[in-house]
Amino acid sequence: MLTITNKGIRLLSAATVGAAAFCASVATASADVTIRWMYVEAVPATIAVWTKIGKDFEASHPGVKVEMQFLENQAFKAKLPTLLQSKDAPSIFYTWGGGVLKAQADTGSLRPINAGLDADGGKWRKSINASAIDGLTFDGKTYASPFKSGLVSFYYNKELFKKANVDASKIATWDDFLAAVKTLKGAGVTPIAGGGRDKWPLHFYWSYLAMREAGKQGFADAKAGKNDGFAGKPFVKAGELMADLGKLEPFQNGYLGATWPDALAAFGDGRAAIILGFENTLATQASNSTSRKGLSEDNIGRFAFPVVKGAPGLATDSFGGLNGWAVTKNAPPETDEFLRYMAGIDVQKLLAKETQIMPVAIGASEAVSIPLLKDVAETLAKESWHQNFLDQDLGPNVGAIVNDMSVEIVSGGTKPAAAAQQIEDAYSLERK
Amino acid sequence: MAHSKWPVLILFLPPALLLFTVLVILPMGEAAWYSFYNWNGYGSPTQWIGWRNYQLIFRNGAFTQSIINNGLIVLISVLVQIPLALWLATMISSRIKGALFFRLIFFLPYVLADVAAGMIWRFVYDGDFGLVAGIWHFFGAEPPFWLADKDVAMYAILGVIVWKYFGFHMMLFIAGLQAIDKSVLEAADIDGATGFQKFRLVTLPLLGSTVRLSVFFGVVGSLQLFDMIMPLTGGGPSNSTQTMVTFLYNFGVTRMQVGFGSAVGVVLFVICVTLAFTYKRVFMRND
Repeated sequence: MLTITNKGIRLLSAATVGAAAFCASVATASADVTIRWMYVEAVPATIAVWTKIGKDFEASHPGVKVEMQFLENQAFKAKLPTLLQSKDAPSIFYTWGGGVLKAQADTGSLRPINAGLDADGGKWRKSINASAIDGLTFDGKTYASPFKSGLVSFYYNKELFKKANVDASKIATWDDFLAAVKTLKGAGVTPIAGGGRDKWPLHFYWSYLAMREAGKQGFADAKAGKNDGFAGKPFVKAGELMADLGKLEPFQNGYLGATWPDALAAFGDGRAAIILGFENTLATQASNSTSRKGLSEDNIGRFAFPVVKGAPGLATDSFGGLNGWAVTKNAPPETDEFLRYMAGIDVQKLLAKETQIMPVAIGASEAVSIPLLKDVAETLAKESWHQNFLDQDLGPNVGAIVNDMSVEIVSGGTKPAAAAQQIEDAYSLERK
Repeated sequence: MAHSKWPVLILFLPPALLLFTVLVILPMGEAAWYSFYNWNGYGSPTQWIGWRNYQLIFRNGAFTQSIINNGLIVLISVLVQIPLALWLATMISSRIKGALFFRLIFFLPYVLADVAAGMIWRFVYDGDFGLVAGIWHFFGAEPPFWLADKDVAMYAILGVIVWKYFGFHMMLFIAGLQAIDKSVLEAADIDGATGFQKFRLVTLPLLGSTVRLSVFFGVVGSLQLFDMIMPLTGGGPSNSTQTMVTFLYNFGVTRMQVGFGSAVGVVLFVICVTLAFTYKRVFMRND
């Protein structure tokens, strides 16, 4: 039985007033603009830097709220496809560029940023490395604002090179490299640390060799399906050169079961002399080594992936990551302002200094203080072509096949021509 | 009585039916639908390619390998794991000293999460710092890298599977043994049967239904095997240790080939249903 007492009525009216007040506060909150930003990051220090960037932007732009969400890599990738198709799509999200970004753009869920880039006489566009913008542009439309770049190059253990009497500065061609591998082996040093279980660490070799063999134009032609596409001569040749390396058995024992952290540990422990790795190898070889200290900074040298004699690829053609911020179609107009803010020289310098990224804003590389990283930043600033990782650029399926084939070629499981054909077969489905 | 059935049906059937439809029937139907598309998960599927995904599956060497591996797991389960479990069960089901302790010890691997077991064994097999490396170094030999060798890796995994699941089968057998009427065994004793005769002619026939159940679990477990393989080898090297589910994950999910992955799912579903029903019909008819 319910009896309505005076007390009950008072309570009810109090609750109504409270609810009305709550609704009013929601209404004022929604009058402001919220930019929802999604990133893949787990390092607390980096998250702190980004949180500060968001807060600073909010302080200088009253009425704009930046909601930052940091996710773990796999969770991010799994969540995004569904999110993009829902009403909860973030305004801005982190992208690796390439075929995945293009697939997202093709569904119409993204908004190109060309208008912003070219406003004020192209002020924004002019402040960023052209190759970085180029890498995130499809059919003239730029779908993401470049944020950071990366470079895959050879890192070597100076002491072991000295022991085997190898001069890294003399390695300019693939033949020089193979000769160095042989010399190292002869001196009882394991030449290369490889992560065959993860596969992609070995796809760096195939990708670079394909870039050197085909050159920028040849690579673009292959994507367009000209000259037999990826089954064409340069790509078969790249496989053959990689097989040559495999025949020398240059990797540490059990490399086919080794992950990327295992490979970094082999390099950081001084168990292998060379690693083909990212720009952050200096830090990661240390954190993955048995001692957690790894090789000292002055014991590590760097050289560019060698060229192939007589092939069109240049030593300044670089291979590495290219990341940016993609904007979804329903993002508030203020989003462009935040993008410009993030791409600005101050934020880029801050990120380069605090989080060791390779910045894309012109002039920001001077904030990189560690010599080995500075060298990378300067190389990137002078690059003639930036090729994104193939699993991003050619899409995850073809990328996975490139990874599979790279391992098969180097371990002698598949002939280079058959491998090139498999890659072409898979890519032919993506060309529409 | 008949009229009183309806209120119960109306009250209790809808929630279960709704859950089953939303969580089982609909996703299955959706997977079957996607399997006819070339689709990467973005937007809605538009590129209809008919049976092509299915053709690609059966042309894929890694899929053939995964079926062989699943078969191998069933075979090992029947030939090694179940006899081992049965042998241990007959030993420790009797009231010998420390039986309870051994039961616990043998059952422990089964309690461990599959992923944890996979990671532990990855360290055991590691040729640089693992237990295997330690033993080989002790004898002054160069340690092997079993998980990195495509001819050996699957056998290394089979070893882990036997270690992980024999305790579970052993427990089933212990329960089965305890259900056997002691007086039957006593009668055999009086008739002068030897220990082996008692086992072959009395215990084993009476354990028949447990053995059939055990084999059934072995088959189902093989078809589901995923979380232990991922930390051990991830299906490599050169796809030599893929099972059907790791194949689905590696070739469907990580490559964002939703259509292809769905087709693998459908094939796996058909295999599971066929096996389960056939086995139940043929072997477990009377159980």
